[in-house]
Amino acid sequence: MSNEEAFVSIRGMSFSRGNRLIYDNIDLDIPRGKVTAIMGPSGTGKTTLLRLIGGQLLPDRGTIKVDGHNVPTLKRGPLFELRKQTMGMLFQSGALFTDLSVFENVAFPIRVHTDLPESMIRDLVLMKLEAVGLRGARRLMPAELSGGMARRVALARTIALDPEMMLYDEPFTGLDPISLSVTVKLIKSLNDALGLTSILVTHDVDEACSIADYVCLLSEGKVIGFDSPENLIKNGSEQVRQFMQGEPDGPVPFHFPADGFSTDLFKRVK
Amino acid sequence: MGLIDKLLSQVRYIGQAGLERIQGLGRAGVFLYSSIAWGGPGSAGFGDLVKQIYSIGVRSLSIVIVAGFFVGMVLGLQGYTILSDFGSEAALGTMVSLTLIRELGPVMTALLFAGRAGSALTAEIGLMKATEQISAMEMMGVDPLKRIITPRLWGGFIAMPILALLFSLVGIWGGAYVGINMLGVDEGAYWGNMQASVSFYDDVLKGVVKSLVFGLVVTWIAVYQGFDSMPTSEGISKATTQTVVVASLAVLGLDFVLTAIMLGGV
Repeated sequence: MSNEEAFVSIRGMSFSRGNRLIYDNIDLDIPRGKVTAIMGPSGTGKTTLLRLIGGQLLPDRGTIKVDGHNVPTLKRGPLFELRKQTMGMLFQSGALFTDLSVFENVAFPIRVHTDLPESMIRDLVLMKLEAVGLRGARRLMPAELSGGMARRVALARTIALDPEMMLYDEPFTGLDPISLSVTVKLIKSLNDALGLTSILVTHDVDEACSIADYVCLLSEGKVIGFDSPENLIKNGSEQVRQFMQGEPDGPVPFHFPADGFSTDLFKRVK
Repeated sequence: MGLIDKLLSQVRYIGQAGLERIQGLGRAGVFLYSSIAWGGPGSAGFGDLVKQIYSIGVRSLSIVIVAGFFVGMVLGLQGYTILSDFGSEAALGTMVSLTLIRELGPVMTALLFAGRAGSALTAEIGLMKATEQISAMEMMGVDPLKRIITPRLWGGFIAMPILALLFSLVGIWGGAYVGINMLGVDEGAYWGNMQASVSFYDDVLKGVVKSLVFGLVVTWIAVYQGFDSMPTSEGISKATTQTVVVASLAVLGLDFVLTAIMLGGV
């Protein structure tokens, strides 16, 4: 893939938390206009990757270019401008502002970033809420919403300013089957209709594979596979197939690094 | 060898703790600068500022007024007992009002404010952080310092002197109630002596300056503790306690420094 096609381009990036190395010198290209799913076992730092791309965390080394801008070196002003113009992030919890109603939550970014008249803000908010099927819930407060509804409101809020790139943090966790299939379709149709670049962090192999153009598999700080879902399942390494098929044992470790179990059990407590 | 190692690790521990404190101070300083540097009270819209003055100031009114009345009554009672030994009950008004306006008004209000509004601010901002609301704001390209912190800082700065003045006012009424109605101090002497001896510049204005400083410092500590807290339930409870403890000590320490400067003793 050539560089022009990559919306996000990561080169030689390392990141550690305390003594734990989360990313070890990784290279990754996220293609423009496609849905890319980032998958991997818990604790591999998938959410961390989103925060690195969003500039909320700084890597120890390497570059993270979003639409040509190297995020870690941006100053506060340009970084906020880039986020405003380009990025939308959907948090796992929804992260709605608890003191504002559903309507005001969706209106918030529009009010802050534009000088549009009230009537136009109303139209925009209703359009976004209609897209997630919650136009009727606009007067509710976040505390009155279920988890799935809160996430849909958050999705409406995230697309309020029509970002070019959407970052989804575990969008499928804890949804009932109906909300789940609606959310899956919504992410795909938003991506196609608005020509977005979507990055999806998730555990749900089936859902992700049904909409993702590419899947990126992470394990132990490395990219162990990057390809279309079909190719990964067919041609991936043993490690990749283990994850895609959910097998408990294999090259991807289930255990957090530790001393041998028997050594640990028989260690004398001082 | 073992002893030396232990000693060294103690020294290292103390050094580390010291460095962390100093780093914390530095972060808090940068935090205050970046919040204030974004501009005046209305930088996030006057609606937000009014909302903050309401939740920080107006909602602290009841506690400040009740406390002020009781403190004034106690001052009336104690002052009367002491002054009557010297036959100078007529000076009760002067004593009560100067004590309140110069010292107890600003200091007690700031302490009550730290407990009532400061802890609430810390918990609110800590929870916003824990529920990713602050991250969400950042990712929308909205600066949380400007949106969340600046209006709260200004709210505390504006509300505190008003609360302190009300505390003193109600306290003086409380002193008058006990002195005049219960202990029989002459009403004319109480109010007349007060009027003659309280100076607007030396007493009232200096009291207001104190409470402006306390307002800024207490709110600063509260919002910083919230913003810097660990986003867990334990982290938030620790930060809330920390706000009350640090803010109260800061108020008492600063009160001494400010009084010394104002009296020209230092």
